[in-house]
Order: sequence, then structure tokens, then C-alpha cells
Amino acid sequence: MTKGDGDARPVLGRFAGLDERPVNLDGFSQEDDDVGLIAFESVHDPEPSVEMDEGGRIIELDGVPASRFDIIDAYIAGHGIDASCAREANDLQDVEFARLIVDPSTPREEVVRLARGATPAKLARIVARLRPVELQIAIAKMRVRRTPSIQAHVTNRLDDPLLLAADAATAVAFGFRELETTVPVLGDAPSNALAVLIGSQVGAAGALTQCSIEEAMELELGLRGLTTYAETVSLYGTERVFVDGDDTPWSKAFLCSAYASRGLKMRVTSGGGAEALMGAAEGKSMCYLESRCVALARAMGAQGVQNGGIDGASVVGSVPEGMRELLAENLLVMLRDLESCSGNDSLISESDMRRTAHTVPLVLAGSDFLFSGFGSVVRYDNMFGPSNFNGEDLDDYLVMQRDWGVDGGLRPVDQEGLRAVRERAARAVQAVYRELGLADYGDDHVAEVVIAQGSKDLSPLDPTVVLEAADAIQERQVGILDVVRALERTGFHDEAERVLAMGRARVTGDYLQTAAIFDEEMNVLSRVTDPNDYQGPGTGYEVTTARRTEMTGIRQQRSRQDLLEKQAVYAGHIRLAEKGEAGPGVDPREVCVGVSPAFATTLWVTSSGLPVGEALRQILAGLEEEGCVARLVRVRSTIDVGMIGLTAAKLAGSGIGIGLQAKGTALIHRRDLPPLASLELYSIAPLLTKEMYRTLGTNAGRHAKGQRPVPVRNPYTEQAIEARYHSEVVAMVSVERDECMSDLGPVDLEVAR
Amino acid sequence: MNDLALSGRPLTDITIRSAVQGDLSPADLRIHPDTLRRQASVAEQHGNPQLADNLRRAAELTAFGDDEVLAIYEALRPGRSSLTELENIAARLEASNAPLCAALVREAAAVYERRGLQAPA
Repeated sequence: MTKGDGDARPVLGRFAGLDERPVNLDGFSQEDDDVGLIAFESVHDPEPSVEMDEGGRIIELDGVPASRFDIIDAYIAGHGIDASCAREANDLQDVEFARLIVDPSTPREEVVRLARGATPAKLARIVARLRPVELQIAIAKMRVRRTPSIQAHVTNRLDDPLLLAADAATAVAFGFRELETTVPVLGDAPSNALAVLIGSQVGAAGALTQCSIEEAMELELGLRGLTTYAETVSLYGTERVFVDGDDTPWSKAFLCSAYASRGLKMRVTSGGGAEALMGAAEGKSMCYLESRCVALARAMGAQGVQNGGIDGASVVGSVPEGMRELLAENLLVMLRDLESCSGNDSLISESDMRRTAHTVPLVLAGSDFLFSGFGSVVRYDNMFGPSNFNGEDLDDYLVMQRDWGVDGGLRPVDQEGLRAVRERAARAVQAVYRELGLADYGDDHVAEVVIAQGSKDLSPLDPTVVLEAADAIQERQVGILDVVRALERTGFHDEAERVLAMGRARVTGDYLQTAAIFDEEMNVLSRVTDPNDYQGPGTGYEVTTARRTEMTGIRQQRSRQDLLEKQAVYAGHIRLAEKGEAGPGVDPREVCVGVSPAFATTLWVTSSGLPVGEALRQILAGLEEEGCVARLVRVRSTIDVGMIGLTAAKLAGSGIGIGLQAKGTALIHRRDLPPLASLELYSIAPLLTKEMYRTLGTNAGRHAKGQRPVPVRNPYTEQAIEARYHSEVVAMVSVERDECMSDLGPVDLEVAR
Repeated sequence: MNDLALSGRPLTDITIRSAVQGDLSPADLRIHPDTLRRQASVAEQHGNPQLADNLRRAAELTAFGDDEVLAIYEALRPGRSSLTELENIAARLEASNAPLCAALVREAAAVYERRGLQAPA
């Protein structure tokens, strides 16, 4: 792969190895301003400018006079620029503006005020001035809602409504507050919307749901109350692509009002790379085009934007500074005082490192929605295509939250709780589909759904069942009230109440305000009720004590007590009786085995899972094979394996001693060596085998006889062996420490079986 | 504050019991234009006049049926409507107490003409 033409020399091993790495499956593009393959500041980007007539009407925007405005310029100029501060904002030096954004002493509201007057080209240049860590500070300060939240994708290959509901309930249990579904088969959409609506209200109230499909159909499902928000309202940064998308800013603005007229929350979707992908970027940078989209979103009166890692994410990721640009897109939304639903929506790399590196900066900074679709289901069931993080990554994400003490919006769940909500959701959909005469799913299917990881675990059913159910929903115009009635009649009272509450919410309209979500008590958290008040350290969103307890309590966490449970299993399997104070030996064949304070008193199993008696038996057998006399002592004054070994060596007639800790770490020592030296060290206790302890004994015997044995090599592993065992080691070491008596000398032991 | 639904029914009357008894109709779960205008004021107070405009247009659209709303959206898509058709829609909106929506359609028509996005007459 790295060989040049006609070069017969072999590829360097170093390159051959690197070529195999997943990151090299990703495509990387050379910057090319002419086709828009450039993150920031294309040579074709306009200089920021704004001119107004006496009436404050914008007559020039970013170098374009009104007579040549395209549809995007025209809409932004007509509605999106605050003439009262346009001059002030655009006269401010880029770097000065950028500093105000990160300066904690400049209030968020002041930055928002200035941004109202800034043109798209101006804001694009300002965010380009911010380094990654400054983007993070800016995001922490500028996001709209104080409390961060997170959205999930909930889909499956079969559009199985019971599985959709169970997975929706699962997502809510994990803490997702918006659930987005879509279809592999368009006709199934009404059934999917209905199933996710029901599942979303099992276990807790208030999660918002949507069904991402063609604009008109999405609106129709929303109008009937089968969804509670919408976001598939796409904007593009050039006129050509906008029109190819079969819309104009006016049709989209009308759509925004249509959703609001039925009390439905909605946001628009954009994101860099889309225009280059469609071959019509007009030579502009991704950041500039996205800045146009975001300015347009604000001008249209949309409350929020999904961007920064949507469908075009990998195009952005292919160019230099692409990841930085994606983060800057989220900030552009926040600067326009809109809800940011912040990307991480499509898998941006085959490399786990690279996709994680994309997501982490945003998670640490916090956003209104940290993902505009974390794939809460397994990868193969995500009908949007895999997200940057998926069902397989939930534990990684929960651990990441815990590692950094940041609120990523999720919480650990326990298996019994999850089983209960999955079953209830599947049963609720089974009941409602029967009650409404949509489909008749059997109890065996419910049982399969509850335990399934994904749709591949389900027995195949007739695929037309879903389509028929969806057709029936459409023909009979099934709406939210039908769902409420059916839930109540079939005994799902809590769910009926919660679905009805989602209906009442659209009468109240409080969740039409910017960045609104419901908490589980149906309180609206939005720009109005929960504004971001970050102004530097000690301000803004704080993880409460209760939330910290929830976040840190991952199911993998173990107390010292838990870690020591397996010790009890082998308690008493060997008994070492004390014979009295140990003195120096005289037999030159004598090798002394020193064991640690807790060895076979309170600790009974080594970290490789070997009973301590067995490790000891192997060592003694090895010594016996060499014709040596083994003597057993307990070193009570130290837990250090080197000192234990050295103490044993000084007691041994041969001058050779073995140190052995209960966790299994062992060495061979000689009485004339410094404490930290040794003849052989077996330091990686979790990997030590019976055979190695036998060889340890044999080699110690050979040293005693003045021979030079072949040392055993420490077993080597590429695995994060310390990450795996260190929590247990800490527990074992603390027990050793408890048993250690610094003023007591070594005692002779005998094995009393 | 006890909001009224589009139907005029107070929010407190929208209960499971009334739903099961069949007393509720879809209009009982529709937002009232006054509520949208109040939300528009809130948005304006919080510095977002564009969101306020959107909500005021929405208030006008509460009077229109789903099919009418969908039809106007469709008519505003590129290449769907002639300038005359757009003007007819605007006039109809204006006559139906929807002046803000009418203005949006007229503004669209002017730009569509300049950018060639109208359907051939």
C-alpha cells in the first residue's frame, strides 16, 4: 500500500502495521477551496459586511447587494439581522468578539445581543478564531439551557412495535429525554411513531418523541399527536442545495409555524459537509455555509438546530480541522441563542479512538442535547445508520461520565428494573394494538422482546403485520386520544396519564420556548425556566449530590467488601500453624519461604484465582525436587514482597529466600542483596500459573545450590491488566495492611492440613 | 394559569375520565391562539423576536384545518405555484385573519419571481 510504483523494496513493517489500523479505513481529503472541502475560511468566503438604508433595511449582506440576494441571503437580511446592533457587531474586531465569547466577566446575554447583529460571514470568522479548549469554554457559557440533556435513536430492522416500545422504555430508563425513531420501510412510520410514543411513557413521564420521515408525513403524524416534536426540517447553506432539497426558506418557515400551530416543538437540521457532498458548495467553507444555515434558522423563528455531526459529518471529518469545525457549528447555534442538538449523530470513524475524540470535547463542555441521536439500540438496529455512540457503548459512556464527573445525561440501570420496563412497554403496545384492532402479538413474542438485545434475537414474524397496522392507523386516523383510551381500558393507567399529559403539554405551549424539555415530573426546563448562568468557575450547572450518586453508581462498581467475597469461598482450605519465633537456619540446603501477614489468615485466593495453599504447595514441591529443605515462615512486620523475601533469605541456611504475598506476587531473594533487588520477580500476579510457582520453587532450589537457573520470564500481556485488577489489589493490600504488625518478628509455620 | 384548549375547554377538564367517556375531541388537545400569542410575548421578552413572529403566525394557523395547512406548505415549495397562485393564497390568508402568514407568502412570491422559483403561469 505504501510502496511506490516500480519500487520492489518491501513495505516497512512499521507502515504495514499502521496500515492495518482502523483509522486507515477512513477517507481523508486534501483541502480544496473550489469544491468546499475546507473547514474554515475558504478563499471564496466573503468578507463580512452589512449595509442598511435609512429605514434600517439590510441592503447589503456579506458583500452581496440586495438585488443579487439568493433565497438564503434574502431571508436572513429580511428577518435575521438586528439592525440596532448590526454596525456595532460587525465593526468589532474578530478576535475582540471571540474574546468576549470566552470572557467569564462578559455575560452570556451581552454576547447574544451582539450576535443578533452579526452577519453569517462575521460569526463564521469569529468561531474560527477560537481554539478547541476555547470552543469548550464558549459552549459551556453559551448553551441555552443550564441542565444538559441527551437524545436517543430508537429503531429496529423489523419496525417491530413491541421491540420499539421496549427499547424506548429502555432509553428512558437510561435517562434519554428525546427519542427519535425512523423506518426502514416508509409505510411503517405511523406504527413506529405510535409504539415509541407508548414506550417512551413507561417508567417515567415526559420524554419527547419524534418520527423522522419525509416532511409532510412527519407533520401529519405530529398533528395527530403520535409524535411530540419534530426535527427533520432540513436547511442548507446554498440556494442550489436548498432547492434540490425541495424547499425554500419560506416553505420551511411556514412549516415551523405549522408545527407551532399544533403546539408541537420542532427544530431544524443542518450541518457542514452537506453542500460539498451535493456538489454545490460554491467554493465556500463548511463553517461559513453552516453559519448561513444557523442564521437562517434564527431568522425563520425556529427554536433550535440539530447540527455538528449529522449526515455530512464524515465529509467534515475528512478535512483538516474538521472535528474542530463540527464543534464550532454547535457554538454557532448557541451564539444565535438557539437550542443546540449537538451532532454525534453519525459514526464519524472506523477508529474507536477517533470517534471518541470527536465526542469527548462536547460532552465535557455540556450541551442542550449532547447527541442528536445516541444510538440507544445496537448498531445493526439503528436505521439512521450507526451513531457515533451506540447501544454497545452505553457502559463506556456511563463510565466516562463517572471518570470526569460531568453530567452526560445518562444514568446506570439495574437488570431487574430494566426487565420490568421492557416487559411493561411490550405489554402496553400488545394491549393497545389489540384494543385498536391493529395487530395481535402473542405472549411468546413479548417474552422474546423483553430479553432481546436486538431484532436479530426475535423469531421471524410476517413482515406485513406492521404494514397492515400502520395502514389501519392511517385509515382510521388514530390519534393521541385513541391511544390514551386504549391504554386506560387495558389497564395501563400510568401510561395513559402520561400520554395524555404530553397532549396537555401542547395545549399549554410552554415547551415551544427555546431548548425546552420535560423532566420526569413534567416540569419544563427551557431558556425561560432554566437559563444557562455560567460565568466561570463556581457558576452554571452543577452536578447535585443526588445526581452524583446516581451517576457514579455503575453496576460494575465494587466495594472492598464485594471484592473480598471470593476470598471467603476458600477460607480454611489450608491451615498454617505458628511454631514460634523464627531464628537463623544453618542447613545450607535450607530455603526459606516467607509469606505475607494475611496469607492464609484472611486472604485465601491469589489474584489469578489460585488458592494460596496451591501456590504454596507448588513452590514447596519445586524445592523438594531440587533436594532442598523448605522452611516456612510468616513475616508479620511488612507487606512488601521484597522485604518479606529478604527477611526469609536472611533466615535461610542457604541465604536464599522466597517472598510470597497472598495476592500471588512472588520473588526469589538472597540475603546479601539490597531490599529492592531480587534474583527473580514474578510481579504480574493475575497471570501467574501453578506451573510458574513450581518453577519458582525449582529455581530457588538451584540458586541455593549455587547453580544459575534459567529465569522464568514474567508473563506479558498487551491488555490493561492493571485496570482490570487494581481495584481488587487495593482491597487485598488493605487487608494485608490490617494484618501487619510492625513490632512483631517472623514466626516459623507448619502446614497443618 | 388555566389555559383553554382550542375548543374552549379548560385544561383542567382534560382528564383520563373525560377521554375514556368519549367527551374529548382532537380540538381539546389543540393549542389556543391566545396561548400562542402569550408564548410569543414570552419569547419576545427573552430576546427572540423571530421566535415570537413564528408563534404569532402559528396563532393564525390554528384556525386552519390540517389539510389546508399542508396544502399551503406544499404550495410554497419551489416550483409548485405560479405568482398568481401564491397571491391567491395570500389573499385567502388575509381574508381569514391571517395577515402575518399572508405577508410571508407575498414575501416568498417576490423572491421566487426574482430567483425563478415560481411555477410557469
